[in-house]
Amino acid sequence: MADSEHRTHHQKENSNVLSMAVDMFVSQLRTMALVLKHTFTKADTVEYPEQKPYLAPRYRGRIVLTRDPDGEERCVGCNLCAAACPVDCIALQQTIDDDGRKRADFFRINFSRCILCGFCEEACPTYAIQLTPDIELAEYDRQNLVYEKEHLLIKGVGKYPDYSFYRHSGIEVNINGERKAKGESHQEKSPIDIKGLMP
Amino acid sequence: MADILFKLLEMTIIIALLIPIAAMLVWVERRMIGIWQDRLGPNRVGPFGILQSLADLLKILGKEDWIPPFSDRLVFVVAPVIGAVCVLMSFAVIPFSPTIGVSDLNIGLLFFLAMASLAVYSVVLAGWASNSKYALLGGMRAAAQTVSYEVFMALSVMGVVLLTGSFNLREIVLAQENGWLIQTQFVGFIIFLIAGIAESHRLPFDLPEAETELTAGFHTEYSGLKFALFFLGEYLSVTLISAMSVVLFFGGWLMPEPLDSWLPPLVWFILKILFFVMFFILLRTSLPRPRFDQLLSFGWKYMLPLALINLLVTAALKLGGIYG
Repeated sequence: MADSEHRTHHQKENSNVLSMAVDMFVSQLRTMALVLKHTFTKADTVEYPEQKPYLAPRYRGRIVLTRDPDGEERCVGCNLCAAACPVDCIALQQTIDDDGRKRADFFRINFSRCILCGFCEEACPTYAIQLTPDIELAEYDRQNLVYEKEHLLIKGVGKYPDYSFYRHSGIEVNINGERKAKGESHQEKSPIDIKGLMP
Repeated sequence: MADILFKLLEMTIIIALLIPIAAMLVWVERRMIGIWQDRLGPNRVGPFGILQSLADLLKILGKEDWIPPFSDRLVFVVAPVIGAVCVLMSFAVIPFSPTIGVSDLNIGLLFFLAMASLAVYSVVLAGWASNSKYALLGGMRAAAQTVSYEVFMALSVMGVVLLTGSFNLREIVLAQENGWLIQTQFVGFIIFLIAGIAESHRLPFDLPEAETELTAGFHTEYSGLKFALFFLGEYLSVTLISAMSVVLFFGGWLMPEPLDSWLPPLVWFILKILFFVMFFILLRTSLPRPRFDQLLSFGWKYMLPLALINLLVTAALKLGGIYG
């Protein structure tokens, strides 16, 4: 009884080993067949310098400073971008012009540090700083990655074609040579004399 | 005298062709693996990247040929030469076509087996002379692997010898005129192929190198030209194992009657070799590397008995007159 039980157990084990071996062999052949099928699939490679990959318009690449529709600098040098920057790659200094406009005296982005996170763009109250879909930032000399204001400033308006900060803000400035007084901005009411007593 | 000169010329031509072919294989392999992994592989240097190997060679020549101060200098330098020379020696007995072939050695098959066994000295000595733990582990694995796998490699081809009655590779090819030996020796062929992969240290049996565990195994400490020699040896032995499979089991340069007149015998031989080389590359892309103990137990527990059974059955059928 015990002997026959032992034998059947043994036989079972043997057949298990055999079927396992067959399974393994078949599995290897299947793997090879599957790999061989890839002879006819198209390569995923994008041959880069000749063939550019698609970059969405809002892709986060090289940073630029844009101008408003009147061709004036949008940046008011508020320093919010530099404060938001997690790697401290933005440095700037604010000045105030004679006509009341605020500008960046200098504006410097060190692209060898920049991680292109886009926080500066999110922080910017005037849509001045924007990221563009340009990723070709390679340089032989590290120093060439430090962009000054003249390198960053572009002629266009970037992603927000109609927005002009000074046309909305209640600040006295010259726009296209004309003086814009307080209360003349879009959706702006005339200033109220807060010390007056009249209703 | 003219005979000797002609032989020397033949040998020079064969070696001068084999080494560039081995170099080209590197490019072929990289392209094929690329294709099978949905990539392109090296395609920049020259048309289709065909000059990639040349660029690699120039790069490797420009590298520092470093001999580690802690190594055994003489052995360290000699080891890679042994490997390449042993594999090149084996090509002496390969009959490339009815007229081409360096030597008609009447123990050609044994010569091949002997050279395959000698080639392991290259790996073992490299691992030993490097005096570094990864290299030593790789060398030890190579020794164990070769000892286990050459046993049934030799046994697997004995079926061929039984059926053809010769150790001479040219006669083995000629004996296959009425039908390739793969028909009767299929099991022997499978065993030979598996042993061949293990002998040439190709994936999935590349345990002596095993980049993922041993850095680069036995050639961890090698650089420059010596490293290139190891590489040359590996790709030459891929060609060699393919050539031997073709000679022993797939009729060498022979083709069935209607196909025979299409192309010259040498071209058929090369095409058949190319098929096996592609198969080797496919194996490399698709199969994972086994654990070392799995490799050895697979060899001793399954392959060796299978080779013995194959030999016994072949012998019995031959005695019974079924295999003529």
